[in-house]
Formats: sequence, C-alpha cells, structure tokens
Amino acid sequence: MNATPPLETASIAPSPAAADHVDLNALLADSHVDEVLDELDRELIGLKPVKARIRDIAALLLVERARKQLGLAGGSPSLHMSFTGNPGTGKTTVAMRMAQILHRLGYVRKGHLVAVTRDDLVGQYIGHTAPKTKEILKKAMGGVLFIDEAYYLYRPENERDYGQEAIEILLQVMENQRDDLVVIVAGYGDRMDTFFRSNPGLSSRIAHHLDFPDYATEELEDIAQRMLTSMEYRLSPSGLEALQEYIPLRMEQPHFANARSIRNALDRARLRQANRLFAQKGRRLDRDALMTIEGEDLRASRMFV
Amino acid sequence: MKITQGTFSFLPELTDTEIKAQISYALAQGWAIGVEYTDDPHPRNFYWEMWANPMFDLKDPAGAMMEVTGCRKAHPRVYIRVNAFDATHGFETTRLSFIVNRPAREPGFNLKRHEIGGRQIQYTIESYATEKPEGERYE
Repeated sequence: MNATPPLETASIAPSPAAADHVDLNALLADSHVDEVLDELDRELIGLKPVKARIRDIAALLLVERARKQLGLAGGSPSLHMSFTGNPGTGKTTVAMRMAQILHRLGYVRKGHLVAVTRDDLVGQYIGHTAPKTKEILKKAMGGVLFIDEAYYLYRPENERDYGQEAIEILLQVMENQRDDLVVIVAGYGDRMDTFFRSNPGLSSRIAHHLDFPDYATEELEDIAQRMLTSMEYRLSPSGLEALQEYIPLRMEQPHFANARSIRNALDRARLRQANRLFAQKGRRLDRDALMTIEGEDLRASRMFV
Repeated sequence: MKITQGTFSFLPELTDTEIKAQISYALAQGWAIGVEYTDDPHPRNFYWEMWANPMFDLKDPAGAMMEVTGCRKAHPRVYIRVNAFDATHGFETTRLSFIVNRPAREPGFNLKRHEIGGRQIQYTIESYATEKPEGERYE
C-alpha cells in the first residue's frame, strides 16, 4: 500500500490552460510536415534558396501554432507569395507542394491547388470579369490559388482592359480573407518586376518573394535521370554520354526552358527509341531492350548536327 | 409570425458557424450551393431572386459564406436562403434549403375566405407584407 503511489497523482496531466511550455518537436511530429519537406528535398533537385525559404515558412507557422497554444495572439501571418523564375524551374511543382505543406501546418483548411491564368479570371465584356474572378476565388478558398504568368493580368497598353478589375477584386479578397486562401502569383522574373512596379498594391500584399534559380548542368542531368526512372526507362552508358554532351548544347540555345526542355528532349528520345526498335522487326525484344535509351537515340537530335 | 420554410426553420436562427457547417456538409455530398433572396414570403413563391451565380465545385464553405454575407449586406431586411442542389441522376433537385436571414418584423398572413356557389368557401392566404409594393415591404 505504501510502496505504490496513489493513482491520482501519477496520472495528473497539466490542463491545457495551465500549460506554460510547448514542445516544438511534438508539434512538428504531429503535423507530419517533416515528411513533405523531406519529400520536397528528395524529389526536387537543386532550388536551394526556395527550399530554405519553405523551411523558414514552415518554422514560422509551427512557432505561430505554439504561440497560439500558450495564448499569444499574433494574428495569422500573411502568406501570399510570388514565384519568379525562368521557364521550367519548377514553379508549379513547388506551388503544388506548398498547398500540401500549408495544409499540414493547418494554415489552409483543405489544401487543394487551383491553377489559373488570365483567361480564367478576366471576362470578355463589361460585367463579366467580377463574377468570373469571384467564382475562381471561391473555388480556391480553403486552398491555394496559383496564378501563372500573372503579368498578363495587367495590360497598360489598353486602358479599357478588364484585367485591372480582376486585380482589384483579387486584392480585396487577399486582404480581407487572408485566413481563407493563399494566393501565389508566378511568372518570369523581369516581367514580374514590371508587373509589381505598376501594381504596388499587389506587391505590398505579398510577403514572400521566392526566386527560382536556373538549374546547373549536373542538376539537369539528375533531373533527366529521375524523369527516366519515373517513366521506367534507363540510359545505356553511351546514352548517358550523349545526354551529358546534349545538356550544355541545349542550354546555349534560345528558348531553353530548363527541366521542361529536358523533358521534351527525353520524349523525343523515346520516340526515336521506338522507331529504332520497330526497325529491327525480326528481333525478339526483352525487357531490357524496351527500357534502354541508347546514345544514338539522343544523338539524332538537331543539337548534334 | 416567424415563417417556417425549408430545413431547420423550427429551430432558433442558425449562427454563422452553424451555417458554415451545413454548407460544409452539402459540399461534402457534392452538392452545388446557391444563395437566393425574396421579399415575398408566400409559401408557394418558389421563384426567389438569385444572388450571384450558383457555386459549383467549391471545396470550402468560405466562398459560399462570402456570398451570404454579401447578400445580407445588400438586402439586410429580406429573406435569404441557401440552397444545395444535387445534380446526381435521379435527384436533379434541391436537397437542402434553409433560411439564413429574415426581416426583423414578419407581419404574417391574412386568411381570406372566398364564398363561391352554395355554401362552399375557398380559402387563400396573403402576406400582409405583400400589400405594399416590391422594395417597400420590410422598410
């Protein structure tokens, strides 16, 4: 009887109101945001500054949650973002992940991504724009609204353009319903700069400007390998050699679109591989032959001519 | 006289949180949300005015609440209801409809007796509110 302490004292837990400390690690484990961040690290190559920024945001939201548990009301932080970078640097992919991360951290309620461009927001006649923009905004609530190539919304050369109206409605909702949705505007760096300069209201409501750097040669090679793996292809040694020569050549070309150009090159290589296999009709094809992309499949590219 | 039309009308007025929860439920069923308003409370008045467009493919009730709030702001003294429409084959109809706003004073209905042949009586009701022209009914 004396040896065992009474049950009541053993099971007393601090009541939530009386809590004077929080365990950030427990919060982190609870949100499972680590998994998404690790996934981001693993699946997206390069993009160091972007990943660092996303970690910062995740930390901020976790701390905000901890503060809330201790009764510190700070008001939810504004999380509207702009993604700038050259074509094919992964803006849409990251936006997709962002929706997931914000959902895990409890900042957005549903965590879906609504990706739109000018056409989805701007109407074709007077009175068409407002309901159209509002409809998209309502669909995006509880999630993330991703506006690709946002600078097309603003057309200074046409003063009667309805884009301005869409921007105004957007601003209003971004300001008043910060808890209901996160807006991410994206586009190529220089054009976004002019866009923000001519729309200071928008720029000032966006707290986070993330710049997506171009990929280095080795990163593009990694990306190519990863794309092939996901499509269940692989490169033969000669194929790898050809790819390593191909990437710098392609990077020199105009309209180089980073990962997107690589994807297109691989798609064309698949086409040529199919053609090559078809030409050897007599042969029985094994798994290996169907999976391997040879040097000649890549070298037929116009880069090598 | 508090008019009782649609779901929940015998309950106390729904709070915004409760309205949100109901809209969430409707969205989870895949129903489309519409907001309508009228100043003619006759129970056979099915054709209320539409406020904004019907909302399809919403994920979160915040969007629909935005329209409810907008409608309340524009028409604070009339009846406003939220409809949830089920487009599934076989239903294709409103599955849920409830009032989210009503005038402060509801004057009720006048029961009219119309004598026709013999001792027969035809009954009809008319809202006292509709004696006044549209737009002046709930000033």
